Amino acid sequence: MVQDLIDELGRLPGVGPKSAQRIAFHLLSTDPTDVRRLAGVLMEVKDRVRFCVTCGNVAEEEQCRICRDPRRDLTVLCVVEESKDVIAIERTREFRGRYHVLGGAISPIEGIGPDELRIRELMQRLADDTVTEVILATDPNLEGEATATYLTRMLRPLGLRVTRLASGLPVGGDLEYADEVTLGRAFEGRRSVDD
Amino acid sequence: MNLYRDEAVVLRTQKLGEADRIITFLTRNTGRVRAVGKGVRRTKSKFGARLEPFMHVDVQFARGRTLDIVTQAETLSPFGEAISGDYARYTAGTAMLETAERLVVEELEPALQQYLLLVGALRVLAGGERDGSLVLDSFLLRSLAVAGYAPTFGGCARCGAPGPHRSFSAGAGGMLCGSCRVPGAATPAAETVVLLGALLAGDWPTAEAVDPRFRKAASGVVAAYLQWHLERSLRSLVHVER
Repeated sequence: MVQDLIDELGRLPGVGPKSAQRIAFHLLSTDPTDVRRLAGVLMEVKDRVRFCVTCGNVAEEEQCRICRDPRRDLTVLCVVEESKDVIAIERTREFRGRYHVLGGAISPIEGIGPDELRIRELMQRLADDTVTEVILATDPNLEGEATATYLTRMLRPLGLRVTRLASGLPVGGDLEYADEVTLGRAFEGRRSVDD
Repeated sequence: MNLYRDEAVVLRTQKLGEADRIITFLTRNTGRVRAVGKGVRRTKSKFGARLEPFMHVDVQFARGRTLDIVTQAETLSPFGEAISGDYARYTAGTAMLETAERLVVEELEPALQQYLLLVGALRVLAGGERDGSLVLDSFLLRSLAVAGYAPTFGGCARCGAPGPHRSFSAGAGGMLCGSCRVPGAATPAAETVVLLGALLAGDWPTAEAVDPRFRKAASGVVAAYLQWHLERSLRSLVHVER
């Protein structure tokens, strides 16, 4: 039975056989109330959490907390790859608009094309003219850039303002260690300090 | 630490653990190499941007027990920037990378011709002067030829009778004469066959002179030929924008 627990824990991302064994023995020595609480939370999350019908983010009801919030700016929509990107952007407290979660990025080599993502749902959301700006916040890697290129081509005819998150130097880093692609992007996206 | 250095093109990346990636390279001297890029998914990674698919890099590896580890990487040609900025070129380039990965079957077996062909094709694709779909088809035919599956678009693939011929069979290895024709063989237009021959030979003036109407049919022939010899379809080929 203990081996079954180790095997199950070992299937989690980032958990190797050694870590799985350590967690399993930790659980065995933990107070039964704490273990029951953990098991309860796991079951509750699995039963109650689903995807928001509007944006595709994780939600406990039909719509997620952000889509239900009336104080959010309805005119700006931020397109991200995954729900965890919503959490990362929310942590900045800079963005007050709403989100659209694509569910990944276009990666033909993995067999993921535009039809496998929530692009059709995005186009439907933009049909009623409420949104005036779409921010493309896909990852700054090859798949993310290609997805942004594809979306730009789809969104341009709608006459919206389409923007892409800036890329460049990370805060707290040294210029001399920046690679030429990142540094090149930082030059490309440089801004005036006058305003 | 046992180190070695090589020029390489990044074919594919897969996430590993919290911030690492397994990166598949096609190298000039060592063939296909799979290595771990430690911490490359972090925003402050020193060489994460250099280890994206399509990047042509000078890499230093440390030999590991199962997988080697990337210790340094310098950019030789940043093809990824130009290619990902155009969706049709991106899909064509992805099919090239997948083909190269599939045709260089053995890891650590030198495949210099495949490497040089891929670097040349990516350079043309990133340059944007030629039609991406034609570059892809030419690469696929020539890559198959380097792997030992060269199709015949001139003489008969079975008896060698001089062409032009009308029937095409992927299984037979190219065009077939009237007496060697097999059941189910396709009959592409004469212009399509001229285009295919020019793409295989890298004869761009002839290939670009053929009416663009015949490009789609030629792509179909190339895809059928490729899938016959790979015995499995390419995932990325269905997503290529023609």
